[in-house]
Amino acid sequence: MKRKSQNTTSKIWPLLAVVMILAVWQTASGTGLISKFMLPSPLDVVKAFIQDFPLLMDNAKVTLLEAFIGLAMGILIGFLMAVLMDRFDKMYQAMYPLIVLTQTVPTVAIAPLLVLWFGYEMLPKVILIVIVTFFPITVSLLDGFRGADRDTISLMRSMGASKMQIFWFVKFPGSLSQFFASLRIAVSYAVVGAVISEWLGGFQGLGVYMTRVKKAFSFDKMFAVIFLISAISLLLMWAVNLLQKKCMPWEEKK
Amino acid sequence: MSDLIVTDVTLSYEKKNVIEDITIELHDNELVCLLGASGGGKTTLFNVIAGLNTPDKGTVVLDGEDITGQPGHISYMLQKDLLLPYKTIEDNVALPLFIKGEKKKAARERVGGFFEEFGLEGTQKKYPHQLSGGMRQRAALLRTYMFSRNIALLDEPFSALDTLTKAEMHKWYLDVMDKIHLSTLFITHDIDEAILLSDRIYLLTGVPGRITEEILIKEPKPRRKDFNLTEEFLDYKKEILAKL
Repeated sequence: MKRKSQNTTSKIWPLLAVVMILAVWQTASGTGLISKFMLPSPLDVVKAFIQDFPLLMDNAKVTLLEAFIGLAMGILIGFLMAVLMDRFDKMYQAMYPLIVLTQTVPTVAIAPLLVLWFGYEMLPKVILIVIVTFFPITVSLLDGFRGADRDTISLMRSMGASKMQIFWFVKFPGSLSQFFASLRIAVSYAVVGAVISEWLGGFQGLGVYMTRVKKAFSFDKMFAVIFLISAISLLLMWAVNLLQKKCMPWEEKK
Repeated sequence: MSDLIVTDVTLSYEKKNVIEDITIELHDNELVCLLGASGGGKTTLFNVIAGLNTPDKGTVVLDGEDITGQPGHISYMLQKDLLLPYKTIEDNVALPLFIKGEKKKAARERVGGFFEEFGLEGTQKKYPHQLSGGMRQRAALLRTYMFSRNIALLDEPFSALDTLTKAEMHKWYLDVMDKIHLSTLFITHDIDEAILLSDRIYLLTGVPGRITEEILIKEPKPRRKDFNLTEEFLDYKKEILAKL
């Protein structure tokens, strides 16, 4: 009971801060302090959101699909990379610098190239998302695998466990909490990555919608789609939390 | 039947011998203690017996089979319980059976039968962090027992526990050993623990570590309740202190 009331108090302050900002914004824009053309009021944004709701949802579907495919492939590739790099030391030495290098390439800069090479369909978007998501997954899993307790591994060996068994019994479950931490980052990267790649070429998606409304100077719609994108990211992160609780029941009982 | 014979084992680390010409024997249903100061090569010897390290010289023979440098024959238990935090106690204990490829359900049923004997009843579905240190060590011992029914290596298994829990664990240990059939090689630096639990004590001293003495504890088992307060106990202690 006490715990619950503590939780509610801790939620009051952030909520209050958000309400305050919205109030200031509404006043500034509603009273004409800043012209509505430059900064639409929160109410205008809500109106735009409701008005364009079916269109937003249609586009969101496309963006989400790209994000999911890209993320799934990113996880798969990240997992395979981590396993190989953990298993073979030479692989680790060869690949680690390369992987870091892929992260220093600015996403916005290679997106147009991907469009040139792979066209306006889904492929270039998925590739971009894979590039941005596999890195956190690989690094966190690899850290988890390599951080496995030496003594536990020795014990497993003394019991005659194979390398594969040591992996499934010790290394993999031991890296799960790191994996989920990186997955939370990867889902938001995936959504943002999808939007950015849509900016630079495509027929559908929230990024395409964004470029269109920007060209029409409909800033209210622009804000509506921005909020929708952050809402989607938050929702996905929350889903990851839920999944983590499901996959790691031992953490629950602590 | 289980006889472990270690002959002339020498192992060096960075060109220095850590242990030298170690010869020890462990016979059926016997509890033998390896007593020596910390850092004296006890754990090195353990790793050799468990097959994790290959000695430069010497052999480890289990029931007539040379198992030098081969893991998978003898398991051990350490000061750290090394229970997997994400598995229930039941699955932790059944781990050696899972490794051998036994089906989950069958393995759980098999280990379930030992929980009461080991004083672990009711902990099957719990996770390690929900248990006290003493209980976790019990689970770790049961896991070791599930791996090899007849022989176990224990490396200072109780030394991380507080004095009261430790005394309780000694009593529990002697009780369990009375019920099950297990030859044990026990490493410790605690003289009282060694006298209280073992049938024989090897003293491992010096650098590099060598076996310098073998002491027989003649007190019959099960041990009297107040054995550690008797004259004989004190005499053994004096003898060991003089020879260390």
